[in-house]
Amino acid sequence: MAEFALNANPAHTRHGSNSGQALTRLEGPLKVTGRATYAADNHPPGLLHAVMAVATISRGRVAFLDVAAAKAHPGVVEVMTSANRPPIRVDPDLRDQPFNFKIDVLQNDRVRYANQPIAVVIAETLEAATEGAALLSPRYEPDVPRAHLDAAESYTPPMVGIGNPAIVNKGDVEAGLSAAARTIEATYETPAQYHNAMEPHAIVAAFEGGKLKIDMPSQGLVFSARRFAQIFGLPPEDVLVRSPYLGGGFGSKGLINGPVLLGALAAKLVGRPIKLVATRAQLYGPFGHRPPTRQKLRLGVDAGGRLTALAHHTKTSTSSFDDFYEPASDISHTLYASPAISTSHEAVRLDTGTPLFMRAPGEATGSIALESAIDEMAHAQGMDPLEFRLLNYAETEPISGKPFSSKALRECFAKGAQAFGWAGRPLQSRQMRDENGLLVGWGLGVATFPALMFQGAARAVLKADGSGVMEATGHDMGQGAWTALAQIAADALALPIERIEFRSGTSDLPDAGLAGGSAHTATAGLALHNAGGDAIAKLADMATADPKSPLYGAGNAGVIARDGRLVRRDDEARGETYAEIMARAGVAEIVGEGKSGADPAMQAQYAMHAHGAVFAEVKVDPDLGMVRTTRLVGAFAAGRIINPRLVESQYFGGMIWGISFALH
Amino acid sequence: MNAFEFVRASTVAEAIAAGSSPGAAFLAGGTNLVDLMKGAVSRPPKLVDIGSVEGLDAIETRPDGAVRIGALVANSELARGPFAARFPLIAEAVLSGASPQLRNAATVGGNLMQRTRCAYFFDAASACNKRTPGAGCDAIGGEARTQAILGWSEHCVATHPSDLCVALAALSAIVEIDGPSGRREIPINSFYRLPGDTPERESELAQGELIVAVRLPAGAAAFAGHSRYVKARDRISYAFALASCAAALRLENGLITEASIALGGVAAKPWRAEAAEAALAGAKPEDAAFTAAAAVALADAKPSGDNAFKIELARRVVVRALRLAAAGTPKSMPALPASPFGDISG
Repeated sequence: MAEFALNANPAHTRHGSNSGQALTRLEGPLKVTGRATYAADNHPPGLLHAVMAVATISRGRVAFLDVAAAKAHPGVVEVMTSANRPPIRVDPDLRDQPFNFKIDVLQNDRVRYANQPIAVVIAETLEAATEGAALLSPRYEPDVPRAHLDAAESYTPPMVGIGNPAIVNKGDVEAGLSAAARTIEATYETPAQYHNAMEPHAIVAAFEGGKLKIDMPSQGLVFSARRFAQIFGLPPEDVLVRSPYLGGGFGSKGLINGPVLLGALAAKLVGRPIKLVATRAQLYGPFGHRPPTRQKLRLGVDAGGRLTALAHHTKTSTSSFDDFYEPASDISHTLYASPAISTSHEAVRLDTGTPLFMRAPGEATGSIALESAIDEMAHAQGMDPLEFRLLNYAETEPISGKPFSSKALRECFAKGAQAFGWAGRPLQSRQMRDENGLLVGWGLGVATFPALMFQGAARAVLKADGSGVMEATGHDMGQGAWTALAQIAADALALPIERIEFRSGTSDLPDAGLAGGSAHTATAGLALHNAGGDAIAKLADMATADPKSPLYGAGNAGVIARDGRLVRRDDEARGETYAEIMARAGVAEIVGEGKSGADPAMQAQYAMHAHGAVFAEVKVDPDLGMVRTTRLVGAFAAGRIINPRLVESQYFGGMIWGISFALH
Repeated sequence: MNAFEFVRASTVAEAIAAGSSPGAAFLAGGTNLVDLMKGAVSRPPKLVDIGSVEGLDAIETRPDGAVRIGALVANSELARGPFAARFPLIAEAVLSGASPQLRNAATVGGNLMQRTRCAYFFDAASACNKRTPGAGCDAIGGEARTQAILGWSEHCVATHPSDLCVALAALSAIVEIDGPSGRREIPINSFYRLPGDTPERESELAQGELIVAVRLPAGAAAFAGHSRYVKARDRISYAFALASCAAALRLENGLITEASIALGGVAAKPWRAEAAEAALAGAKPEDAAFTAAAAVALADAKPSGDNAFKIELARRVVVRALRLAAAGTPKSMPALPASPFGDISG
């Protein structure tokens, strides 16, 4: 898999010519002037509006729906229930692969969580469909719902996250705790959290001549298009999903959920284009969520403060009918050196929708518990929390023993502490007050996330005028993917960014993988990089074989691309433009293909993670109990930075999520 | 959303005529009513748009010193210019609520008429005596953090959400009303009803009656030098009050000659604490007096669920507001109005 090598770096790319620059978002003007077309902004001719009626109980069955009343409302065209929902080719209750979660698409009268769709009302206007849904006035046969972590018997889940073992042991934790000079035990709870992106889930679906055309926000275009094709029994090429912009996804827009499928089914039922947009209130159910956790940490240290044992146990929940388990304990695999580490999970089945990936599943929930326990232990030891972390710094990945491909956490600590002014922090609590008498507290936390990469593909086209077209299914959720990927794409063709057209955001382009797991820039970027390299290599072949070219005889490896020209590596003054080479060859365009994927050899050899350290100042009004974060300083080591402006924005976003997680 | 008749009125008389039919609702800024309609919480058969009614959008000072605020004046207008300088208590209350966009769209009359943010009222699937009289109250025994501790009944524990109205209550504002039976005035402290066994009746307004103005009496400006609004809430901005207090004092020769105190977030109406005011009259502006007054203000408070903490919180908010008011109104608005994290000295 040489072409996938992480360190592949063809000589024609110069980091800093496009990538590395702090460009503003290329689509920014469209967004701030309201011209960016989000899914629900599409209004194909003949469009009807669909509104879901959703369950107001958490468990039971629907005994009655007043379909006649809804149909009688002016403007209502049709009511879709389990009685008339068009058939589909897959069983929505079959989990045939890890990413095909079970969904609710009116397959029966059962209610398994609040806000589950129980009918869809289709009407000429949004208002009529909304009123029609209200007129259904459902009656239920309710059962007693199981709503919290102690509401059902727990069990050890078969796996956590996607395919991670639920229980991992290294060394003898009990022995480590027995031998410890000091132990602490602490329990932390995190609540259920629901993805609440600015843009709600939405779909505009139309069957045109047997083909299905869909506008919906998607973090996984090709995956979604293929799933729709499978569900409707269509050839993959007959499904087109467009998602040029997403107003946030946070992990909830990668897969096909029940409501968007219901939108497409409604289009099938009435033979007209359908728009279905989830209301804000409906987001709490069928779209996934971060489940609640209760985490128990047990730590032991020797007399010098070095960890002798670290045990991290998580109780969490999944739905009554499907399996996703927040891998919260797994954070303890990577952060601190300890001769004995155990991580374990247990779960209960609750009457909620199935949990799903939400911005750093496991890392977010797990680190709030682990880092709090580390602070507790530092405090018990009378040590500065930063000093305690440095003392227990993991030089290699603790469980696997692998070296890190890179780890600059120590530098993050140093730079963050310097910028924050950490030195001199009192060891005892409640020692600092501001001029108004408010209590002041300083704390820090470590950020870490694995450096993942999926499989991806991209295409490069060199045009006769020397410009380029670069294609890959990028997903711009607001993070700036289009801009960062276009920067990489331009570098891949050694062209200024103005000279390339970056095509992205539709499922008929080369599949650059899901935008998730912080892997999108790496996955799609490497595919684009390799596609551009492929096109340039073909162009170089053409030039070096052409006796009329000044590059004739230089050999492919003796040629380098610079700013729209191929030049001799040994004499950059000798060369010619892409357009000149292609004109003489009579070629209208040159197409390059590129792929990407994680390098198994690298994965076997190294532990790969990004790191960061965040320092916070928080003020508390001692009388009113109100809390405010007054300063936050982050220092990060996140690998090669493609666009500093966009990355800074991502850091801010992550830190703001952290404030929100801690305070709300 | 139910189908409804839509009428645009251009005069007060037209608005009253159109609004007199059963269930008709007036629409001004729409920042609350439209949300309620989308959620099927309010289902008026007729909407009367008063947004372009003439003559309701001015702030005027009368010869006697009273200030009359037209019902269509935007909330944000009360937080700027000479008005804010004369009534900093109102400005601070206004700026502590909602967001700039909402404050620009929302009107003064609409602010008075906004509905409770009780989650059970907003959820059409929950039982609510306000929405459906006699249906019961799912809020009782439910999540009680935002619910009342004063004046609630076994039929309703909801709170009035306004900040502005708390300041208006402290300044003894008068609500000017026009309606099918002519014009009348009601002091804001008599305008709202406690829930009792008719929580669906929230104010003294009859069908077709329209708020045309809110008047601040001539004496209200006398509090300008010593008035503060303090709001305790779960977020520093864009959150409703758990407990808030508008405190206004007149000080002479180092003594309190007049005190005015109103609480928000604790009852179905802005809660004027008259007994606490009386306790402060003639007192030295010191913590001992403020603590005693706060105890009097909350003497009748009872938790309506798992919210007993609000009683102590409200006491502390009253003490804080009185202490800050006694210290003097800041020369400019604090960076975070009504928040303990604002620069207190201004």
